[in-house]
Amino acid sequence: MEFPEGLKYSKEHEWVLVEDRVAIIGITEYAQQELGDIVYVELPEVGEKIVKDDAFGAVESVKAVSDIYAPVSGTVVEVNDTLPDSPETINDDPYGDGWMIKVEMSDRDDLKDLISAEEYAEYVEQQKGEGDEEEGGEEEE
Amino acid sequence: MVGFAGWEMPVQYRGVIEEHLAVRNQAGLFDVSHMGEVEVSGAGALHLCQMLTANDVSRLRIGQAQYNLLLNENGGTVDDIVVYRLETDRFLICVNAANTDKDFQWIREKSQGKADVQDTSSRYAQLALQGPLAEKVLQRLTSLSLAGIKPFHFSFGEVSGIRCLAARTGYTGEDGFELYCEPDRSEALWNSLMHAGSDAGLQAAGLGARDTLRLEKAFPLYGHELDDTTTPIEAGLEWVTKFSKDSFLGREALLKQKQEGAQRRLVGLELTEPGIARSDYPILKRGQPIGRVTSGTRSPTLGKSIALGYVGAQEAGVGNEVEVEIRGRRAGARIVPLPFYRREPTGKTSCHKEESDGVS
Repeated sequence: MEFPEGLKYSKEHEWVLVEDRVAIIGITEYAQQELGDIVYVELPEVGEKIVKDDAFGAVESVKAVSDIYAPVSGTVVEVNDTLPDSPETINDDPYGDGWMIKVEMSDRDDLKDLISAEEYAEYVEQQKGEGDEEEGGEEEE
Repeated sequence: MVGFAGWEMPVQYRGVIEEHLAVRNQAGLFDVSHMGEVEVSGAGALHLCQMLTANDVSRLRIGQAQYNLLLNENGGTVDDIVVYRLETDRFLICVNAANTDKDFQWIREKSQGKADVQDTSSRYAQLALQGPLAEKVLQRLTSLSLAGIKPFHFSFGEVSGIRCLAARTGYTGEDGFELYCEPDRSEALWNSLMHAGSDAGLQAAGLGARDTLRLEKAFPLYGHELDDTTTPIEAGLEWVTKFSKDSFLGREALLKQKQEGAQRRLVGLELTEPGIARSDYPILKRGQPIGRVTSGTRSPTLGKSIALGYVGAQEAGVGNEVEVEIRGRRAGARIVPLPFYRREPTGKTSCHKEESDGVS
């Protein structure tokens, strides 16, 4: 599984690419794999304010809906308009064409809470271990 | 893998959509060994089955299977089941995994010692081979004449040298077979089937695809469309309910509901605006709540956002424009005929209404 160096990661499985005051945000390879086939994306509009650790959108696979949490606070300056029509791009290219929003950060200190590629890779390994023991599933059939 | 009713279950292998389309167009193989089995036998077996279920079990000949419902005295659904008549006085009932113990206790309690009731779940593994190429793949491994096994019929025979009950049933809306065998032979059976189907495009399919496939076909899932409080009349399963048979648990309650009219009905919804309706989302009409979604997904076959849900009976008409509240936002939806998907004899896909196809 690929976690590019140079990106910052959140424990909610978002990645952030920082360019000056702008943060480009998407979800990680691990997140898209866990979700499976993504069939719907809900994103904010340009000009909306997002708040660190609050949900700013949602991705839905055929199986379930998952919130996407803001890794930083700020104002949305650009949204990836191709995603609503081809949400599978997030599965195919989560770090490239599957980017979601660009945000002008209101506080660069938010970045301090994010982790490096290496730390994130370790975190994912832990998650996988826990996931194996998980007792989930309410489906009855 | 996810935990479910004590089983470790594969949600997906190569991806839900790919597996789903493989079942629609070629074939898919599901391990559904989690399904429970209860066996009812003895001189009182038929009477017990008749008393506890909605459908007419006496119509079953040996070698036939039937979709049926276990009902309580209020006409609520204890479980939805498939009944196999193994012998004149011996029935195999396939039940939902999470309900196995509930069903077994229920049936045993009601038997009052007049029939032998056994939980035989641990004696069976079950593999479901589903899709238009299922017969072709299975025929390579068995001397059973599969063309002679009609829908909702079964035979005993060897598949790849493994003794199986082979039933032409399924939960996908496609042709296919469900194979019951001894648990310690199931891995060998799985491998033989996967090998036999490799050139036909057979794919391993998980619970995720099983759910999207059954939803397109509008087959109910216990715990979503059905529970102890929903009746077959509300759930669109009146065709299963045979008031013509003498008596059964829940009959009076259901007759009364039939005469007075059900307060709510299960309907199919197609979203006319972006979004996916999920279980428990409110359904609204002119801003007022009229019901709730029970299951929803994006249909891989139709490319549409579809859902099942209960609404007040007066709002249940096909064509009614309603809304689904999706996490605080309202998306338009229309009530459409069920099922969403129907297999045509040619194998082409369609979404026309069908009248009385059996659920399996």
